[in-house]
Amino acid sequence: MPVERDPAPQFDAYAHPERLVSTEWLAAHLDDPNVVVAESDEDVLVYETGHIPGAVKIDWHSDLNDPLTRDYVDENGFAELMSRKGIGRDTTLVFYGDNFNWWASYALWVASLFGHADVRLLDGGRQKWIAEGREITTDVPAPAPATYPVTPRDDASLRAFKDDVLAHIGTGPLVDVRSPGEYSGELSHMPDYPQEGAIRTGHVPTAVNVPWKRAANDDGTFRSLADLRAIYVEEQGLTETDDVIAYCRIGERSSHTWFVLTHLIGLPRVRNYDGSWVEWGNAVRVPIEK
Amino acid sequence: MIPAPLQEIVDDFADSPASFRLEMLLGFANGLPPLPERFAAAGGEVLQRVPECQTPFFLAVEIDEDDRVHLFFDAPREAPTTRGYAGVLAEGLDGAPVSSVLETPPDFFSKMGLAELISPLRLRGMSAILAHIKRRVVELGGASS
Repeated sequence: MPVERDPAPQFDAYAHPERLVSTEWLAAHLDDPNVVVAESDEDVLVYETGHIPGAVKIDWHSDLNDPLTRDYVDENGFAELMSRKGIGRDTTLVFYGDNFNWWASYALWVASLFGHADVRLLDGGRQKWIAEGREITTDVPAPAPATYPVTPRDDASLRAFKDDVLAHIGTGPLVDVRSPGEYSGELSHMPDYPQEGAIRTGHVPTAVNVPWKRAANDDGTFRSLADLRAIYVEEQGLTETDDVIAYCRIGERSSHTWFVLTHLIGLPRVRNYDGSWVEWGNAVRVPIEK
Repeated sequence: MIPAPLQEIVDDFADSPASFRLEMLLGFANGLPPLPERFAAAGGEVLQRVPECQTPFFLAVEIDEDDRVHLFFDAPREAPTTRGYAGVLAEGLDGAPVSSVLETPPDFFSKMGLAELISPLRLRGMSAILAHIKRRVVELGGASS
């Protein structure tokens, strides 16, 4: 990697400490020409109210999703997006965002589908940056377009589709990261969130419920490796030989868990089912458990 | 029928380039008047939470002697989109007669061109707030007057 990793000791134990940066590190690298900071939020206007100086905005809905098909942008769309945001193939791309980095994790995961090598997450996200009183600005950068090669999206290794999940029932671990109420079928949507259109409630048979929040501290940072291993390895029994699929409602909270399992614990085979409950709860004749 | 001031806002959005619409919505978020002091101390009967909104979002409705509706909102700065919805409704409906508020179509915002910018599912916050306003107006006896 052209840009050295954040040497902060709190990251040392993680399987891939180079995937995280601290607010201190980021503050010191804002002018590094090899680093681009991208904000990805749940609320589409949060970036406009003020963001980390120099950060570009990557919106999960208008930038990463195809406007017509329910899918991500294709290789041309992604290359065009990266170019427009001043991101080269070798750029160190640091994501951060609101709401415990849900959408930042999601955007990082999408960039990983296109094989962007050096993707990192700001530990603690927007919440921690602001809590520490660090500088924000409403100035929107106008980066010079970068050259980004058109690179195919590899859905096979990091992404699961409905049929993969169906085949996984009884054969591999499924992790439902939603709230207990959504998992049990008592709720069709997140507490306090709008109903997002799932006709049936419950969970995929055999899926275990490990709410995403268990991996996070209240300040938005990730819990220590020991804490994470206690949850996912000791309690849930996930191992390095497992083929894990995580899902939530539309794939953003499960991106958070995907990041934890892949980059912090270091499990080699974890996929995110981005169709998640909004697809499964509407699909005809798929099995559901309550 | 959409009340004239609200229709004007809808038209302004529709006539603006997509790239400018978010900025306009942010303008409404920033322009949302603060909640008057007298509501801060009031209980849940007066200031009600809109449960469909993602973030804590409260509104109060009053009907004056001339049967005109007055709206008051409280939403955190970290939820600018929801604040923007509230700002649109505050400017578009505050002072409107009870009958006009109740007749406002639930999908009045469909022509604003926001669906391509905000995921359509998230746009439901707008109709949820309007539905809550109407329900409150009816509770306050607005429908029978």
